[in-house]
Amino acid sequence: MPEDIQLKETGGAATIHVTIVTPSGTQEEYDVRHIRLPGSEGEFGVLPGHIPFLTTLKIGPVYMDTAKERIVWAVSGGFVEVLGDAVMILAETAERADQIDRERAEAARQRASGRLRDSRTEIDVNRAQAALARAVNRLNVMKS
Amino acid sequence: MPSLKQIKRRISGVRSTAQITRAMKMVAAAKLKKAQQNMERSRPYAHRLMEAIASLAGRTSSDLHPLLAVREPNYTGVVNVTSDRGLCGSFNANICRQTQKVLADFSGKTVELITIGRKGYDFFVKRDAKIYRHFPGVFQELQFSQAAAIGGSIVDLYCTGHFDRIYLVFNEFKNVVQQRIVCEQLLPIIPQKPMTAWRSVEFIYEPNSAAVLDKLLPMYVNIEIWHILLESYAAEQGARMSAMDNATENALELVDNLSLQYNKARQAAITKELLEIVGGAEGLK
Repeated sequence: MPEDIQLKETGGAATIHVTIVTPSGTQEEYDVRHIRLPGSEGEFGVLPGHIPFLTTLKIGPVYMDTAKERIVWAVSGGFVEVLGDAVMILAETAERADQIDRERAEAARQRASGRLRDSRTEIDVNRAQAALARAVNRLNVMKS
Repeated sequence: MPSLKQIKRRISGVRSTAQITRAMKMVAAAKLKKAQQNMERSRPYAHRLMEAIASLAGRTSSDLHPLLAVREPNYTGVVNVTSDRGLCGSFNANICRQTQKVLADFSGKTVELITIGRKGYDFFVKRDAKIYRHFPGVFQELQFSQAAAIGGSIVDLYCTGHFDRIYLVFNEFKNVVQQRIVCEQLLPIIPQKPMTAWRSVEFIYEPNSAAVLDKLLPMYVNIEIWHILLESYAAEQGARMSAMDNATENALELVDNLSLQYNKARQAAITKELLEIVGGAEGLK
């Protein structure tokens, strides 16, 4: 083990340090016991003592459990890196569940499904599908 | 010698110009502050992404991904970043001159321009330069999605082989009164040296390192574009601020000179009138 990276012993009240950053400036940090992420190859959970891991994210919810509460975020795209007892989420967009604007998300969902019906080219369809998935994800995260 | 009325009109004209330039300076200052905040906020993401790429690229061979592979530079693209609006001193002129220099360096080989910002587009259209692509109206409302769209089409152009190398020419924000013109290579990506802490750790990549790299690199290009857009926007506002500050100062100086001229003319008129009265009185004696 290199000296500059210390993996803490697991067990007890070990926590993982989670950082969420986006290009437009969101930056939040949490200390949690467990985190569940929407990896592109499927959902996965991280507990303290996870091996170094890097994967891409798809559109979906992030669940974080602290001793007291469950924190939920909606993320779309990007990457996640697990190193030591730290999880770095580099999302394209990220919103905390209680900060999502329901009306905006609902409007986005309707706009996207409308566009999906009218789309002619493959690129348009892909784009509309992605927009729809993001809107639906936001709405789902709000409900949970 | 212009008449009193003319001078007076001139003074009020210059004064209202000074008022406008002062207001423009204030607006630029407010926009600059916002731009700087944006720059500050985008930094952590960019920093983390570079680290991840550096660690991954350091571990894999460079011909693994087309965005890293160095090709013979037969077709070069130059991205010229200017502002949409004028009244910002030599901001746009400098950048266009630098771009011309870069274009001249490639004379003999095929080189084409990609312009971001209306001023650069106008400049090169007038000079019949070959503009391959133009992205208008980016600076009206800067958003990451715009940078992503530009980045996406540049990556496409590179991957389809239209360009073998892409350079960026833009103004970097040094401080409020100083801009620095930067010309840097965007593609192929030159990976930075991985940090020592990273090199020794074995990572698991899902689905595999190539697929992760395939997502990371285009994102890196988008971030880089986002970064230079913010940088150029901040520099533009800084340039406008100092240009408008100068203009206000010059206008006020002009008002001073005109006031002096006005007072002199007024005095001359009074003296003339007095002389006439005195002369008239003398004549009556």
